[in-house]
Amino acid sequence: MTSADQQRRHLVVIGGGMAAQRLVEALVARDSDTDGRWQVSVFAEEPLKPYDRVALTSYFSARDADELTLGDPGLWDQPHVRLYRDRKIESIDREAQQVTDRLGETWNYDELVLATGSSAAMPPIPGNDLPGVFVYRTIDDVAALRGWVEAKREEGKGARFDRPVRGAVIGGGLLGLEAAGALKALDAQATVIQFGTHLMDAQIDLGGGQALKRLINDKFIAVRTDTVTQEMRPSRRTGHVGRLDFGDGGRLDVDVVVVATGVRPRDELARDAGLAIGERGGAVVDLSCHTEDPHIWAIGEVACIEGRCIGLVAPGYAMAEVVADRLLGGQATFPGADTATKLKLQGVDVASFGDAFARTEDSMEIVYADPVAGIYKKLVMSDDGKTLLGGVFVGDVAAYASLRPLQGSELPGDPSSYITPTGSGDGLAGLELPDDAGVCSCNNVSAGTIRSAVTEQGCTDLAGVKACTRAGTSCGSCLPLVKKITTTELEKVGVEVSNALCEHFELSRAQLFDAVRVAEVHTFTEIIDRFGYVPEGAADAGRGCDICKPVIASILASLGNGHILDGEQETLQDTNDHVMANMQKDGTYSVVPRVPGGEITPDGLLVIGQVAKDFGLYTKITGGQRIDMFGARIEQLPQIWRRLVEHGFESGHAYGKSLRTVKSCVGSTWCRYGVQDSVAMAVELELRYRGLRSPHKLKLGVSGCARECAEARGKDVGVIATDKGWNVYVGGNGGFTPRHAKLLAEDLTSEELLRTIDRFLMYYIRTADRLQRTAAWIEDVEGGLEGVREVIMDDSLGIAADLDEAMSRHVGAYRDEWRAVLEDPEKLSRFSSFVNAPTTPDPDLAYASERGQIRPATPQERDADEDLIRPVLIAGTTLEVRA
Amino acid sequence: MMNAGATTRSEQTSGPAPSTWVAVCQRAELGVERGIAALVDGQQMALFRLRDDSVHAVQQRDPFSGANVMSRGIVGTRQGEPTVAGPMYKQVFSLRTGACLERGSYEPVDDSADLRTWDVQVLDGVVHVRAPHNGSVEDVKS
Ligand SMILES: Cc1cc2nc3c(=O)[nH]c(=O)nc-3n(C[C@H](O)[C@H](O)[C@H](O)COP(=O)(O)OP(=O)(O)OC[C@H]3O[C@@H](n4cnc5c(N)ncnc54)[C@H](O)[C@@H]3O)c2cc1C
Ligand code: SF4
Ligand code: FES
Repeated sequence: MTSADQQRRHLVVIGGGMAAQRLVEALVARDSDTDGRWQVSVFAEEPLKPYDRVALTSYFSARDADELTLGDPGLWDQPHVRLYRDRKIESIDREAQQVTDRLGETWNYDELVLATGSSAAMPPIPGNDLPGVFVYRTIDDVAALRGWVEAKREEGKGARFDRPVRGAVIGGGLLGLEAAGALKALDAQATVIQFGTHLMDAQIDLGGGQALKRLINDKFIAVRTDTVTQEMRPSRRTGHVGRLDFGDGGRLDVDVVVVATGVRPRDELARDAGLAIGERGGAVVDLSCHTEDPHIWAIGEVACIEGRCIGLVAPGYAMAEVVADRLLGGQATFPGADTATKLKLQGVDVASFGDAFARTEDSMEIVYADPVAGIYKKLVMSDDGKTLLGGVFVGDVAAYASLRPLQGSELPGDPSSYITPTGSGDGLAGLELPDDAGVCSCNNVSAGTIRSAVTEQGCTDLAGVKACTRAGTSCGSCLPLVKKITTTELEKVGVEVSNALCEHFELSRAQLFDAVRVAEVHTFTEIIDRFGYVPEGAADAGRGCDICKPVIASILASLGNGHILDGEQETLQDTNDHVMANMQKDGTYSVVPRVPGGEITPDGLLVIGQVAKDFGLYTKITGGQRIDMFGARIEQLPQIWRRLVEHGFESGHAYGKSLRTVKSCVGSTWCRYGVQDSVAMAVELELRYRGLRSPHKLKLGVSGCARECAEARGKDVGVIATDKGWNVYVGGNGGFTPRHAKLLAEDLTSEELLRTIDRFLMYYIRTADRLQRTAAWIEDVEGGLEGVREVIMDDSLGIAADLDEAMSRHVGAYRDEWRAVLEDPEKLSRFSSFVNAPTTPDPDLAYASERGQIRPATPQERDADEDLIRPVLIAGTTLEVRA
Repeated sequence: MMNAGATTRSEQTSGPAPSTWVAVCQRAELGVERGIAALVDGQQMALFRLRDDSVHAVQQRDPFSGANVMSRGIVGTRQGEPTVAGPMYKQVFSLRTGACLERGSYEPVDDSADLRTWDVQVLDGVVHVRAPHNGSVEDVKS
């Protein structure tokens, strides 16, 4: 320990949940600006790094706990931060300023923060301890629930009828509805049992609750309101929960029950330590988050602040920021709870904020309801009808994001115009939020902060604003508004946010794709004549540029217009496509033959080795499991390819915005863990999609079992074998912003897998923007991943047959591009170094040798000109060139 | 500007002085709206034939990468001006004057960001070039 370390004070945090994570993140960020005053130890009962509990339901589909990790995982590797996982704290000794963990170890603290959250409440219903009864609070709960439903499904299959798993959720609040959605997602039936008069009665009024019930029923979730559950009874055969008995004499047969009736603050440590406890539980704190003990603080759900505990993450984050500030000598106070909520159930939109129940004296309610459509919207206004106090939105929450930040301010114009169908658009469009209006409540970001991210920090798009302000990075409900403010601000500072491709086309890539497809035009000249933008005073739209030409080249290729170097198409190709090789820094090229699935014979290796040797090329294994040969001059490319093609190789399209490789692990043929033949599948996929042109490069991966040795989830499409078939994940990529692919569909047969990927790729190719990779594209599709799933799995747009047909056309029309060039003297003539000296190498090329191979000489080496390797003609390789 | 010291293996025997017209190739050998390199008296140039059959010659060396690749760029227009985009880092140059019209965030590795140009004449379908009085690009632009 250095003396600086000894001077550090020790902060102990009990609980490793959402509030704790935010506290440490905020403290570390600001403490490192000073010379670092704190040594932080976090004791967590759960075995995982702090994770995003709000997104817990997504764990059903993701199954990857790492994906839920909050913030930068590197936080926990910082030198003065320690996270002790699976280390519950058992007691606090206030006198000695010590805590004792479950292993009996004691730890001194200078300051102590309670961030123990809540536990799910379990009402005293007889039978609540039967197997098959679950709560919904932690990853372990979710994993257990999932396992149970899957086991019950298997049992059901054994029975005479293939009967679905029957589920019930006790509790019709936010959490209960989310749990019901999760049961449906697991293919179980779901009935929501609500004690109160309507669903979500803590957030919305009766009218809203009735509209909501209709929407929930549309999701095939049954609802029973005004219902008391009296007993949970075991099945006689299994002893597992089998039936619910209700107060009104009704019953319901069940295989699984989720209890979501509320939460209890985990204040047991505070109680035992003799700290003040709120009327309904929780460690009592003041607005600085101090308990009555000057060295003990409480934040998050365990804190009883302003007389109550709040079961939402935003106020917990606000408390965490207050404590971080105070620990560094600041004077921050709790700004008051933002209790706005939004239901996270796909396809059911519910949101409320502020005084949703019109409890303010003399307040007015303005209601718009369309029972048939399941829409209910209410604004609560001050007695003079001017100031917005709260709102409830069911079925149509478009106005929620814009109105919520205006809570407490005057609404310009007639309030009803914000919620009636005809008025809502106009009212909102004109809204200009004041700078101090809170936009993202999860991360406490105001409209002004978002604006200055654009004007001062120079962010130029939504992604930049998100990264810079953190707005929209938690629950995401504020994203439409963040996007709107960002766009408005960008327009103000003169950044063009139109989706025009370039000065020659006002259309986006997707629009142009459709235009070309529908109009059935096949050449650039036709396209720019018909769809090009003619500026005022100009005679025509011009002749395109390095932006629109490659886009059109790609569109024409995707629509099947013959060889990419045919006729006018040749002039559209970008640097690499133009010569079907990858240009390197000295103007020479690299050459990559296709090695489907990374499987190659020893003879194949010998051929590549011999070619590289004969032409003096540098060789390197690529990340996509093939071999790259560098240093090929333009005039050598046909000779190199002639050799490769003769030996059965074909273009690897490493140069194209197109399918690159399908990486695979060795799979079940050799690996002792493999459950499917991943190599065979990878080869099949690679041969199917080879040559497919797309908005950006495409990479696929196939793993033979869940160990995922092929790193398939880092690919645009990742396939992972299961014992029943294949799971397919989409939207992964490496590079500058790495992304993990997300689960699209499970346990597919090989045939279903191909169809799913066919549609996914074609839909992407048709609708993505220029240079937009699949991850960003999925975010842009309406409804996100779920929206994509609906289009390709449920055919919600009715285009599936069309997509299938387009892909089968591609597969049928595939020809090796390089072989075609070798057979065409006209195309071959392009591959000359100089029109008047076709086989003379570029005289300026020079190489040094390093680790036994060549590399381009550096400028210094050129100046010194010692022992550089200069290109030589390869004898006997004169090409046919047109005179 | 050009790498005059480099050894050349020109198949052209020692050509006439650069200020006189030199025949390079048939116009028919040039693809429309695509470039091709030529080696004239040890100097590398990029020839471009446009839709109106006019032919333009600029230096083959890309001032932003130092590689001899300009002939492999995409031909197009910017506000009506015929252009070529550098294939390496996508700067845009005027084909008439050689001026760099768009450089993005890059700095040239050469002294000038602009391309040198040559006068071009097509006689009986044969392309001839001539360096304009060893002129700098500034002269040409004015
Ligand atoms: C399914 C679900 C959906 C939700 N959706 C939303 C939503 O949409 N919007 C919203 O605002 N909120 C939502 N919430 C609530 C939100 O997750 C919580 O408000 C938030 O997690 C509270 O943070 P916290 O740090 O106070 O508690 P927690 O995140 O619960 O963390 C407390 C941690 O402390 C640990 N702990 C407890 N006692 C000890 C001890 N003695 N020693 C060591 N460790 C201990 C616990 O194991 C736990 O890991 C949702 C919650 C769930 C379960
Ligand atoms: S992913 Fe599975 S099958 Fe493939 S190599 Fe790894 S362990 Fe073997
Ligand atoms: S409000 Fe939740 S992320 Fe912004």
